[in-house]
Amino acid sequence: MNVEDLVKTSGEWLRGTGPESDIVISSRIRLARNLADYPFVNRADDSTRLEIVETLREPLTDVPVPSRMHYVRVDELEPIDRRLLVERQLISHEHAEMPGPRAVALSEHENVSLMVNEEDHLRIQVIHSGLALDECWEEINKIDDSIEEHVTYAFSDQLGYLTACPTNVGTGIRCSVMMHLPALSMTKEIQKVVNALHKINLAVRGLYGEGSQAMGDFYQISNQVTLGRSERSILSTLKDVVPSIIKYERRVRDALVKDNRDDLHDQIARAYGTLRSAQKISSEETMHLLSSVRMGVNLGLIDDLEIQTINELFIYTQPAHLQVLKHQTLSNSERNVVRAAFLRDRLSGRQNGS
Amino acid sequence: MKCNFCPKPATLHITDLHKGVVKTIHLCNSCAQKHIADLTADVETDPAQPNEATAVSMLQLHLAEVTEESEEQEQQRCPICGITYQEFRKRGRLGCPNDYTLFAEPLTPLLENIHGSTQHTGKIPRRTPAESRKKYELIRLRNELRQAIRDENYEEAAKLRDQIRTLEQQQASE
Repeated sequence: MNVEDLVKTSGEWLRGTGPESDIVISSRIRLARNLADYPFVNRADDSTRLEIVETLREPLTDVPVPSRMHYVRVDELEPIDRRLLVERQLISHEHAEMPGPRAVALSEHENVSLMVNEEDHLRIQVIHSGLALDECWEEINKIDDSIEEHVTYAFSDQLGYLTACPTNVGTGIRCSVMMHLPALSMTKEIQKVVNALHKINLAVRGLYGEGSQAMGDFYQISNQVTLGRSERSILSTLKDVVPSIIKYERRVRDALVKDNRDDLHDQIARAYGTLRSAQKISSEETMHLLSSVRMGVNLGLIDDLEIQTINELFIYTQPAHLQVLKHQTLSNSERNVVRAAFLRDRLSGRQNGS
Repeated sequence: MKCNFCPKPATLHITDLHKGVVKTIHLCNSCAQKHIADLTADVETDPAQPNEATAVSMLQLHLAEVTEESEEQEQQRCPICGITYQEFRKRGRLGCPNDYTLFAEPLTPLLENIHGSTQHTGKIPRRTPAESRKKYELIRLRNELRQAIRDENYEEAAKLRDQIRTLEQQQASE
């Protein structure tokens, strides 16, 4: 598989069609697993890490998914291609940067990614568009079972699946829902939401998980507790909470439309105008403006643009994507020029899904 | 003096100290602007880059909350992966599955602090012997029963109670 071909395609989870997909971008579940007969990755030397990569090759390419799996040696990729996989949410930032033999098994539709030798020997991840946690769980549970037919996981009756970090022990599960909450951000109501979520042990992170910023008004909500509760019970906490956040965001959007329709429309139209005509633009400003435009489409204030196009632009305007697209290393300043050109091309010339 | 990058006269002179090497460059107005833009390239807010300031490890917070261990406990070394509890405290990662058994004493309050529990009630791998699977199925069901009662979900609670009774009878007759 040529990783750079990814810039020509689009991940299925970006299509923007699942339930509540005006507000919920994607649902994701990951499971942390370790092989019983090896030290954890941080205590494994390169030859052990290589053994793990080879041991898992077959089991991971055999998993039951609708599209083909590709096994990619991450340590043999160019740095720019590793960045591309991070921007695409197929591997983590840590996995891209760490040393030693490591791999990722990817499904062609980009719904499934199986990281080998990240913090744990195996990180199984399934993403779906919209609010679709049950779908993710069904699929990931099957993948987990299928891998377990080939290998023995480190598991204790008392502590469940054993992980390198005690914060993941037990189920090893992290369920996350990526939400786009521009109205709650704009009105600063988001702080209340964050506080309330912390009280029930849910974490709020940015687009790229741990330590990333809430850029483009994206908030990733996920469980913290992994031990002492079943997977179903952890899932149901999120399934209970997310609809009330959706309702809150919708209510604030409605209030904004009702009280400040002209101001809101103006702000959105200007954001759209800037994206369609700027000659140089940073990724931060792009995310910020795309967020306004995305809300504008959902509120019917912009009618010649599809959600999928905007979802994709959030990802495709990032540094590695632009450089792979242009087949060259670009300085910050050059990237800003290329990004603006790319946005103009995608937003002015060819709307309406053409 | 001419600009280092084009024939125009240099108006900006930059002395750069990088890895102990002093480098002076002379730039004209327009090249200077490009140079400064490129310098700031490193500090561009890349959405995919973690933000150090917010990346405070949850684990470190929890570690700070549980009490210090005895010197002896801190220095005990795992015969399999070779780490001590002290090293775990410092790096935040255990070295192998055995560490959970070896460091059970200091880890228990930490797990309690992180998860509010020290008993797994989730999925069990198929390879685990049937015996312990049943045992943990019971633990899980009892937990869910408690939760159902707390949520006043009595229909669910009745169902769970029946399941528990069946399992208990099975185990008693074996």
